[in-house]
Parts: sequence; structure tokens; C-alpha cells
Amino acid sequence: MNVVSPIKPRTAKDYASNQEVRWCPGCGDYAILKAVQKTLADLAADPARTVFVSGIGCSSRFPYYMATYGFHTIHGRAPAIATGVKLANPDLDVWIVTGDGDALSIGGNHLLHLLRRNVDVQLLLFNNEIYGLTKGQYSPTSRPGTRSPSSPGGSLDQPVSPASFALGAGARFVARAIDTQKQLVDVLKAAYDHRGASFVEIFQNCIVYNDEVFASFTEKNVAADAQLHVEHGKPLIFGADRRSGVRLSPGRLELETVRIGEDGITEADILVHDATSRPLATMLAALNMPVALGVLYCNPGEPLDAALQRASEGITEPAAAAELNALLRGGDTWTVAS
Amino acid sequence: MTTITLTSPGQHDAAARELLDSVVVRFAGDSGDGIQLTGNRFASVTALAGNDLATFPDFPAEIRAPVGTTYGVSAFQINFGARAIKTSGDAPDVLVALNPAALKVELSRLKPGGIVIIDTGTFTERNLNKAGYTTNPLTDGALAGYRTIEVDVSKLTLEAVRPLGVSKHTALRCKNFWTLGLVYWMFGRDRGVTAEWLKKKFADEPQVGQANIAALDAGHAFGETAEINGDLTGYSVGPAALAPGLYRTITGGEALAWGLVVGAHLAGLKLFFASYPITPASPLLHALAKLRPLGVATFQAEDEIAAVCAAIGASYAGSLGVTSSSGPGIALKGEAMGLAVAAELPLVVVNTQRAGPSTGMPTKTEQSDLMQALYGRHGESPVAVLAARAPFDCFDTAIEAVRIATKFMIPVIILSDGYIANAAQPWRIPAVEKMTPFPVRFRTDPENFEPYARDPQTLARPWAVPGTPGLEHRLGGLEKDSLTGAISYDPANHQRMTDTRAAKLDRIAEDIPPQTVEAGPDSGPLAVVGWGSTYGPINRAVTSLIERGYNVAHIHLHHLCPLPRNLGELLRRYDHVLVPEMNKGQLVTLLRANYLVPAEGLNKISGQPFKIGEIEAAVLARLEQTAK
Ligand code: SF4
Repeated sequence: MNVVSPIKPRTAKDYASNQEVRWCPGCGDYAILKAVQKTLADLAADPARTVFVSGIGCSSRFPYYMATYGFHTIHGRAPAIATGVKLANPDLDVWIVTGDGDALSIGGNHLLHLLRRNVDVQLLLFNNEIYGLTKGQYSPTSRPGTRSPSSPGGSLDQPVSPASFALGAGARFVARAIDTQKQLVDVLKAAYDHRGASFVEIFQNCIVYNDEVFASFTEKNVAADAQLHVEHGKPLIFGADRRSGVRLSPGRLELETVRIGEDGITEADILVHDATSRPLATMLAALNMPVALGVLYCNPGEPLDAALQRASEGITEPAAAAELNALLRGGDTWTVAS
Repeated sequence: MTTITLTSPGQHDAAARELLDSVVVRFAGDSGDGIQLTGNRFASVTALAGNDLATFPDFPAEIRAPVGTTYGVSAFQINFGARAIKTSGDAPDVLVALNPAALKVELSRLKPGGIVIIDTGTFTERNLNKAGYTTNPLTDGALAGYRTIEVDVSKLTLEAVRPLGVSKHTALRCKNFWTLGLVYWMFGRDRGVTAEWLKKKFADEPQVGQANIAALDAGHAFGETAEINGDLTGYSVGPAALAPGLYRTITGGEALAWGLVVGAHLAGLKLFFASYPITPASPLLHALAKLRPLGVATFQAEDEIAAVCAAIGASYAGSLGVTSSSGPGIALKGEAMGLAVAAELPLVVVNTQRAGPSTGMPTKTEQSDLMQALYGRHGESPVAVLAARAPFDCFDTAIEAVRIATKFMIPVIILSDGYIANAAQPWRIPAVEKMTPFPVRFRTDPENFEPYARDPQTLARPWAVPGTPGLEHRLGGLEKDSLTGAISYDPANHQRMTDTRAAKLDRIAEDIPPQTVEAGPDSGPLAVVGWGSTYGPINRAVTSLIERGYNVAHIHLHHLCPLPRNLGELLRRYDHVLVPEMNKGQLVTLLRANYLVPAEGLNKISGQPFKIGEIEAAVLARLEQTAK
């Protein structure tokens, strides 16, 4: 087949499979699905070279709804399977779709290693702070006191912060977004552009088991004051009046929120976002109010598949029979004559 | 590389020597004494001399056990002969004991009247205490009934290497080569190849290499002098009648690695090997990691689960995914293997079995994972299972596993064990270009593509790899529609899919050769049936009983799932079936369940392979009972 078909302009619909989407009505997953399809359309991604790998959970149904290659695997293991896919064929564009239980509970180990190895994939972690598919148990990101069928008196354990975990694991791209916000598409494109493991935490509302768990910063009336949209090279300013900002506390290695124009604070006191700074990203990820969104950290390094290709330079594949014969005959041999 | 051609077999001073058909030598010493190295050198030179042979390294479990203790004893056994050698030998004829602990641990294995070479230089009170001796075995009569060669090897080695000016520490580390020199003399072995090997090994420290060569020569000279004085006898073991061809020695670990590489070549696939370190399976990872220049990709995963998952991911993307472990690790891989069954992807899983349960005895061998291989997964989850019978057989087994996995789109488990992985044997090297290829054809045509439309003969679904335009599809662990692969909870569909996955095994059964009889008649009073590494002892026991006029047969299974089609009919032709296994009776249960034959087990779970004598005794007992 040598016919090169001209690239057709694509729309989000071109990336939707013929499968009926089966999330609960009103689930945040719908918005994320749309955003991903739009992202791929905007990027004119080749569906044949695009692979979605998922684990288990509501979010992990995602690949069925994409008109690309897809592999709905087993609980927690999507990062490990995706690593095999990417190493076997680095030309593929690999996306991992996972949730808080899948990625941080049963699959925590694989996530850690995917990130530190810097496997060139995009990992979308749908964080809804609950186990949806198994009917509402508290998850590793649930806040203490979460009442659920498995914690009727309120959960007791401390949660893990996905973005902080990713940074600690050595991720070189860490971003955050909200399911229904249009900025999600920009974040996804940035993740796509980054060579290496791109970690995206998406605050996803589970309307059935954990509705409004993120309302404190996603509700329209509070959003502007509770969300800090970071952009590399831009001051960390937020608020409905754009007069709130984040600065380094004098004398302490901590961020604090200040008001421009009050107590002698000027815009010059506000930190400028440097996406290549891991310490800053770490502090932003830990910020409670406002919640930092956008690309917290982007500092590319050599991905594993590139390192592997570099190490394999000059190797012609596949090995010829003569090379294999030489392997089998290496070392001491002797001939038994007839 | 040494290449020797044996045209007129014979040894340089055979005339003066006592001729032997086969000999078992066991080297034993502290784990720091270089016993494995010594044994391997002896094996290599023995192979070059044209003998058939089998080796068995017996390592201590500890990496660095305290010096001089019994649990720090490392041993290496070799059986070599002018006849076909099937096992590493029951009891040694010659024992080399480099310290009191080695003597303490190993002496009881020695044949009555056997030769024991002892380094008396190590028999200090301190070392005797460490070994747990309250009296000195050299003087308390413990050695009565053996022929002893007591030499102060330590002192003689120091003297021999003194001119080279190496440190005392380095000098003493040459002791093993002094001993090797003496054993070379005993069996009329040539030292040249070993000297060359030492020069190469110590190319960066030529002085150390020379010191070892000096020790080797001194040990050899000691033997010659002792012979002249009439204190020692030399022996001669003629070359074995091996089939003509080019040979090398090979361990099971190497044979498996190379078989996988050649298997991938014959399938036209890239080999992707993912594994997590575990004893005794790691040598496979090490062997393959060296082969990147041949296009082999190895991936040391974060755990056993990630290893199998990465292999599945690689198969999904069009490589040959292979993972490897030992029992405990295979248990962890179970869930992911279920995914490979459901997704119907080729996958090869190697289990180098060890003594269990739990951590068990990682350095000791066992065959107790057969049921795990067959049934140790959730749901109805059929996979093909093959077992290698000996180090050399690992090569062909690996190729067969790749062939089945790719032809039928199914996971295949290879059962090896700690004994096979580490033992070495001569192997006739095949010519890769003469082997039959079985190229994989990926699906590329989008016309009428359905992910689960099957090849009517093999029932394999098409292998459509990401990157192929027009074949975009979704796979997963959820039950799938039997044609489109879409999620399906339809009861009839689940029945059909379950039946189809099982039916693949029937198609494989039609594809594999029927079961043959290794030795003896194809019907009669008794068949001894084995699988895996019991091949050697069973075959030797049965063939020597046949030579002595007994009516007994040996049947050895290579394919454990599916079993060969004719097996039931074959077994029913014998009055009795005896199944020796290094487990509590797994194959025997399977045979009874499948064929309703009155099979009986002979079970040994000591971490040690069967002895030929043990199987002979059991066969004789069975025959006697039958005669009554
Ligand atoms: S349970 Fe929650 S997360 Fe799952 S589909 Fe329903 S709303 Fe979405």
C-alpha cells in the first residue's frame, strides 16, 4: 500500500467510537471525553498511531469510547502495560487513563516507576476521591472523615495528593485541570507536547457517590477566588478582582496568599511562575487555597524509549541467522566427526 | 574460543591408566574457594575431551556465608563418561574437600571406597570447630572405608606461586586451580585450554593469571610425582559416542535464552523480555540482557506484575512478549495472565521452579508448580504448558513455546526448574538457517476486519497491532463479543467464548506430535511416566533395568497442556503406571483424573533431584509386587 491519503481536517467526532457511552448521566467523565476528543482533533492526531490504555474503574472505560486503538486492562496495571507498548513501538502515541484508586492504591507502585523512568506517555488521572465502580467506598485521595459504605463512621486515613506524589516520584511534567473547564484542552495539549511522562490530575466530579466534593473551588461563585491558573513566566495572580497573588513568605520556605494594594504589597512582590522549578511546583501542588491549576511543572528530560533507542544505535534488526549462529557458537566448541 | 576436532579419540597416556566407563566427581569447599569456577573449567575441558557429561552446581543459599561454616559450603558435581550421561550422578566416586566444613557436609555422599582429596592445610582447630567437628576426622577414623589423598594444598599452592610475588591472600585464592591441576592429572586432562582461559580472564591482572597457571601446573606435577611413587592411580575415560556434529556445553538458562531469541527470529518478531530478579530464574534475564546487539529488548520491571504486564503490552504492540520468574513470582503474575488469555495475545511465561511454598528453598529444585501452571489462575483460563527435560532441551522447548503462542494467539508457560537452569550438558549446535521458520502474519487488511474473527483451523484471532491504519479496535479483560470484540454480557456469548478458549487447546493437541515411548516396550507390565528434569534419572534407571532383562518402559511428557492425543490410549496398554515427581503427586493426579488409569506416584521433595538408584528401587519393588 503506497497510496498516501491526504490528511483530512478532523473533528472531535472523528475520535469517538460507535460504542454507547455508559457513565452515569452528569458524570464528569463525559466532559473529559469531549475534551480529549477535541484535543486530538485540534492536534490532528493519527488514530492509527494513538493508543489508549486503561486500568479498572469508571474512568478506565474510556478507551472503548475512542476511535483509536484501546486496551482496557486490569486494576492498577495500565502504566506497566503502557510501558511495554511504548518500548515495543516508540512510534505510538500512548495515553493512560486511570483514577485515584487505580493509580494510587492498587497501582501506586507502577505509577511511581512510570514517572521516574520518564516513559513517554500522557497519564490522565481522574481524581474523584471515591471508588465509583465498586459503589462508593472511600479512596486513597478521600479526605479524612469521608463517610462511605466501608467507612460508615468516616474514614480515618490521611489522603495522598496525586500531584505531590507525581513530583516526588520524579515526574517531569505535572499539570492539573478541572473536568468541565475549557482549560483542560490546553493542559492536554501541553501534556501531549511534552516528551516523557506527562502527569495530569483532573478533578472529576462523581455525581453519584461524591457529588460536589470539589465544590469549594469549582462552584461558579467561588471559582475565581479559589483557583490559581498558573502560566509559565506569568505572575501567580488570581481572584475575581485579579488583586490576589501568591508570594514566598518572608523568612519561610512557604507560599502565602496576599492582596495587592494592601499592607504595602505590589505586583512586584508576587511570584512569577517558573514551570521548570521543582521546588515551586512542589509548593504549588501543596497549596490548599487557592488550588493551583494548569502546568505546575514542565522540565523535559530524556524519555526511557529514547534512551533505549540511543543504547541500541547501530543495531540492525532483526538479527540475521548468521549472527544467531555466531551467538550459539561463541565460547568453547568441539566437533565430533562421523 | 577453542575448537577441537576429535578424529582419533584417545588420551595421551591412556595405556598406563585404569579405564573407566563413567565417573562422578564432586568439588566442595567454602563459597569463597571458587568451586563453581573450578567445576565449570573441569566440565569444559571434559567436554572438549569428547566425554558426555552432566553437571550440577549446588550453591549455598547465603551470598556470603561466614567463611568455614557448613552452610557456606559450595559444591559442583559432574558425571562424565564414555557412555551416554543422563544425570549428574548419584554418589560421587571422587570428592574434593577444600576445608573441614566441606568434608563434614559432603563425605556421606561419597561412594563407599571412593576417593577423597583433602586440603589438610585447612584442618586447623579453629576450622574444625567452625565445621562442628569435635574430633579431627583425619585421625579419628571417620575416613575409614575411603581412599584418601591428604595434601596440604594451601601450603603447596603458596610455594608454587611464591616466585610470582603475589600477596598471600591472592596466592591462597589459587588453591582451587592447584586442586584442579591434580584432578586433571587424575583423568589425563590437557591443561592448555585452561591456561589460555586464565590468561584471558585475568588479562587486566596478568600476574594473578600466571599465579593460577602456576598453581594448576603444580597440582598436575604433584599427581605425576605421586604416580611415579606409586601412591596414586590415574584414570582414563574415553570419549562418548555422540552423534556427529559441532558441540558445546550449555546450561538450561542459556539454552532457554537462546531458544527464545531463535524462536523470535523464526517467528519474525522482536523479542521483548520483561522480568524481575528472583532466584533461580534470574540467569535468564542476565543471559538476554547481554543480547541487545541482536535486537533483544530486556526490561527489568519494578515487580513481577509489572514484568508480565509490560510483556503483554509489548505483545499487544507486535513484539514477542516474554516474562520469567519462579513460583512465587508466577503467583503474582496470575491475574495478568488471565488478561492475556482474554485478550488472546501471544505470551511466553517461564517458570524456573524452586522448592516452596512461600520463600521455601530458593536455591533448591522442585517440580511443585505443575498444578499452578495448569490451573493457578482465576476463571476458566486455559494456557498451553510445556516442560523442559534437561538443559539441552530448553532450547527446543523455548522455540516450541514461541511457535504455539504465535500460531494460536495464546499464553504458553514453560516449566523449567532450578536444577535444569544451572546444570550443564553437551549440546549439538543447530544451524539456525536450517530450522523451519514460522513467520507471523499481522493483520493489515481493514476489509471485513473483526478483532475476534478466527482462523477456522487454529481458532486464533487476528493479531492487529496498533499503528496499522484502519484496524483501530478496543481490547480488554471484559468478556467480548465473539466476533466484534465489543463488551458482551450475553450468556450464550460467554458460553461460546469460554468453549472457544478451551477448544484452542484441542487444536494445539492436533498440532503437536503424538506421545512416544522413550525406552522399553509400548505395552507391558509397567510404564514409568515423568515430566521435566526427572528425565535423566528415570531414563538411566529404566534403560539399565531393561539391559538387565526387566520389562519396563519410560514415557516422558514434553507437552503437559494439552496432553498428547494418544496418551490415554498409550497408558492403558500398561498394567501399571509409576510417576516419579519432585512434588506430592501432581502429574499422577492429572493422569488419573484424565484417563482413569491406576497410576501411582513416587514422590520426593527434598530439594535434591532423584537418584537413579531411588527410581530403580521403586521400579523393582513395583515389578516384584506385580509378579506376586
Ligand atoms: S459512579 Fe461516579 S465516576 Fe462512576 S460513572 Fe457514575 S458518576 Fe461517574
